[in-house]
Amino acid sequence: MVQALTRDQMCWRVAHDFDEGTYVNLGVGLPLGVLAHSPADREIIYHSENGILGMEPLEESDEPDANLINAGKRPVKLMKGGSYFHHADSFLMIRGGHIDVCVLGAYEISEKGDLANWRLPKSKGAPAVGGAMDLAYGAKKLYVLTDHNAKDGSPKIVKECTLPLTGVTCVDRIFTDLAVIDVTDEGLLVREMIDGLEFDELQNRTGAPLRLANDWQSLSVPQLAEA
Amino acid sequence: MDKIQANIEMALEGIADGSVILIGGFGNAGEPIALLNALADKKPKDLTVVTNNAGSGEEGIGRLLSEGCVRKAVCSFPRVEGSVAFEKLYEAGKLELELVPQGTIAERVRSAGAGIPGFYTRTSFGTELGEGKEVREFDGVPYVFEEAIYGDVALVKAHRGDRWGNLTYLKSARNFNPVMAMGATVTVAQVSEVAELGDIDPEHVITPSIFVDRVVKVEE
Repeated sequence: MVQALTRDQMCWRVAHDFDEGTYVNLGVGLPLGVLAHSPADREIIYHSENGILGMEPLEESDEPDANLINAGKRPVKLMKGGSYFHHADSFLMIRGGHIDVCVLGAYEISEKGDLANWRLPKSKGAPAVGGAMDLAYGAKKLYVLTDHNAKDGSPKIVKECTLPLTGVTCVDRIFTDLAVIDVTDEGLLVREMIDGLEFDELQNRTGAPLRLANDWQSLSVPQLAEA
Repeated sequence: MDKIQANIEMALEGIADGSVILIGGFGNAGEPIALLNALADKKPKDLTVVTNNAGSGEEGIGRLLSEGCVRKAVCSFPRVEGSVAFEKLYEAGKLELELVPQGTIAERVRSAGAGIPGFYTRTSFGTELGEGKEVREFDGVPYVFEEAIYGDVALVKAHRGDRWGNLTYLKSARNFNPVMAMGATVTVAQVSEVAELGDIDPEHVITPSIFVDRVVKVEE
C-alpha cells in the first residue's frame, strides 16, 4: 500500500523548496500551513497580503494579538526585521513582481497552468476571491499545493479547467500528496514521486498527460508529528 | 486648525443617503466599529460600501447591513466567519455585490486619491471578473482596465491622531485604512488616543494630516 503524504508532510515539502532570502506569500487554507514547517537553517520572509513582511507562527507561550493576523484572519507574530505597510503597498509588492513565490490551493489546474481555485458555481453562497487573482499573476513563481485527487477521486490536474478561472497559464509547479510536477512549455513534467508509486498509477490518477523527468527523484519527507 | 470632534455624532455629520463609503479594516482588525455603529444608528439609505470583508457579527459593518442602510457592497471577500447579516441580505436578493480582487480594490481607491481615473492590471484577465472590461496589450501581455473608486466618505480606524489629523496605526490593523483615507472627499478617523501636535514623530506619521478631515477619540 502506497502511503500518500499527510497534509503536514505536503506543507513541509513546499517549505523546503525555498532558498535563503526568498520572499513568499501563502494563500489561505492549506498553504498557510507551510509557515509552521519553515526550515530553521535559512531565513525565508513570509509576506501576508494584509500588510506584513516577516510573519511567523505563534508559539504556545505567545498571547494572540487581534491587531496582528494573517490572510486567514488568524493570529501570527512578527520576526525581527519584519515590517507593516498598507494594502496598496502590499498589493504593489504582489502585482509588481516583488514576491518571489506564492503558494495557492486549487480546485483544478490545467496542463497549461491555468488555475481554478476561487469559486464553485454550484455553491449557494456569495462568491469571494480575496487576493487570489492578484497573486496568480503577480508573484514571480506560482506554486500550487493541493491533494492530487478531489474527495470523489476525480483528478484535479486536467487538460482544461471547467471551473471559473483564477488566472490563465500562471502555475509553475504543483505539489500534491503524491508528486511534484512542473508546468513546462512541453506539458507536465514529474520531478518527484512518493516511494512505491508507479508512474502509470500516477498517470491514471491525473487528467492530463505526464512525462517523467530523466532525473526524477523520490518525494521523501520525514515522518512528522501532527501539528 | 483643529479636526478633533467633540463626539461621534459630530464626526459623522452630513453623510447623505446614497453616499459611497470607503471602510478600512481587514476582518475585524482595523475595522472602525464605533463609527459604523453610530452611522447605522442614523439609518442612512442606499449607501454603497467599499470594504474588503462584509463584516462579521452584529457590530460595525454587520450592523450597517442589518439596519438596511446598504444598497451595494464592493468587496473582495464578503463571506467570512460570522458574516450573517451580509449573507441574509445577499441570499434574499436585497444587496448588490460587486466582487473585486483585493489588490484591485486597494489600487482603485489609491488611484482616486492619486488623481488617476484608471489603470491597467493583469489581475482578472481571462477570468469572469475581467469579462466585459477593456483589454490592452503592453509588450505582448494583456492587461485589464480598472477605474478608480471615489469615496464620498472614508471611515477609518487609527491608533493615534493629532488635531491636524496625522495618524498612526497598530500592526496589521493598518491594512486598508491609509488607502481609504486617501480616496474620499471627507475622511473620518476614529482613534484610540489623541496626541498633542508634535508628539507623533514626523518620521512615524503613516497618514499625513492632509488626507484626514475629522478625528474622534473612541473608548475601546
